[in-house]
Amino acid sequence: MTLRVTRRQFFKLGAAGMATSSLAMMGFSPEPAVASIRHFKLTGAKITRSNCTYCSVGCGVLLYSRGDAAINNVDDIYHVEGDPDHPVSRGSLCPKGAGLLDYIRSESRLRYPQVREAGSDEWRRITWDEAFERIARHMKDDRDANFVDQNEAGDTVNRWTTTGMLAASASTNETAYCTHKIARSLGMVVFDNQARV
Amino acid sequence: MRGEQINLQNVIARSASQVPSPQERTGGIDRVTKLIDVSRCIGCKACQVACAEWNDLRDEVGNNVGEYDNPLDLSPNTWQVMRFDEYENEQGNLEWLIRKDNCMHCAEPGCLEACPAPGAIVQYANGIVDFNSEHCIGCGYCVTGCPFDVPRISEVDGKSYKCTLCSDRVFHGLEPACVKSCPTGSIMFGTRDDMLDLAETRTDFLRSRGYDNAGVYNPEGVDGTHVIYVLQHADKPQIYSDLPEDPTISPMVSAWKGVTKPLASAAIGLAALTGFLHYVTAGPKEYSEEDEQAVRDDEARQRERESGEAQDNREERP
Repeated sequence: MTLRVTRRQFFKLGAAGMATSSLAMMGFSPEPAVASIRHFKLTGAKITRSNCTYCSVGCGVLLYSRGDAAINNVDDIYHVEGDPDHPVSRGSLCPKGAGLLDYIRSESRLRYPQVREAGSDEWRRITWDEAFERIARHMKDDRDANFVDQNEAGDTVNRWTTTGMLAASASTNETAYCTHKIARSLGMVVFDNQARV
Repeated sequence: MRGEQINLQNVIARSASQVPSPQERTGGIDRVTKLIDVSRCIGCKACQVACAEWNDLRDEVGNNVGEYDNPLDLSPNTWQVMRFDEYENEQGNLEWLIRKDNCMHCAEPGCLEACPAPGAIVQYANGIVDFNSEHCIGCGYCVTGCPFDVPRISEVDGKSYKCTLCSDRVFHGLEPACVKSCPTGSIMFGTRDDMLDLAETRTDFLRSRGYDNAGVYNPEGVDGTHVIYVLQHADKPQIYSDLPEDPTISPMVSAWKGVTKPLASAAIGLAALTGFLHYVTAGPKEYSEEDEQAVRDDEARQRERESGEAQDNREERP
């Protein structure tokens, strides 16, 4: 369908258009509000102190979460930044630490114990109790079989070389002390730390 | 106090608008500045990640093209990139110059000058130049107007985006996210005086260590910037991934906003006034009886044709 406009109507439309645009240009148009700052997203957040999970520096982080832990609500962490009170990092973070939020929310993140049986190519979910019992059983069996209390020269050595332990890196001194005591009291000599991974 | 840095009414400049903002309450507001000390940067990109995290930006994962720059350029979802440059100095030694590239928050912002959308770009009393995306019309004039080639137009919503200097954080007395994350103290934030002072201290230190041309990059062409660099070689900023030596707002912008626009406005107004005066003095156009008759004949023929068509339509139906 063609729009039929007579000469007179065309002039009228043109005049009206020019009048309104001129009015707008002369400052008679409504002024938009200027508030443009984004809402501060940490308002009302719960702040929890924690440590970065990655390396042995163990920078302090602040986890900002929403939700009040009420029974019908699932809280979630939505922002992570450095903890200014942490003596090592004093609020700064490296790129890995600065991106912790995506690590926390990663879909491939390990959330529960899993086991891959010998000869199998599939991971099977197990409970924490099962996991602890299994690990203890394996450790006990291996230690009973392979513990060395004396070397060939007859010196007492009390070492267990067939099982190793990889400890967390971002631990406090106290945690590291206890971890060390447990490993060494079993005679374990293969003992390392995730910081070197 | 930095907390009161951005009163929402403390806008000192606003794009495409002549209406002044209230200025009586600007007392006690200091201009803020971000200092980027290139000599201390290790290129870890913590600032880049912190920026993305705070601003909820996740750019598409690109491909490795054999450069450390990642992503290769700014985008609507990447408001800052680290630009790596390998520079061979006079002694023949390699210097790895790493520059954090983001909005410079010019005191005289070319983007704001060029922007035709009222209130889409504002400058706060503390110096931060902020895009108000709600009012952005996506024309891209800010991209042309920017001497540092910073704004990027989104293909998703057709609006322009760039670094806000974390205006939301600064409003609450915090430093920008990039500043907080920096593990080497290469990025510092504070009042303008404090930062210029610190920049001088750092420059003196670099000079004492043999960088004779160390200096502060705070270009006069845009009346200074609220993001300043400490450069080891301030005499040749172009070696830092083409940092402009003397950035100025494009003459096209001043020609458009300074001369063309008022002239064109006057021309339009004059034409309208002439038309009106002509109408008042000469009255409406009078048509001869011949013309009127021709129009009447035309209309009659048109009506005839239409009724004929309607008749045909009726006959075609079963």
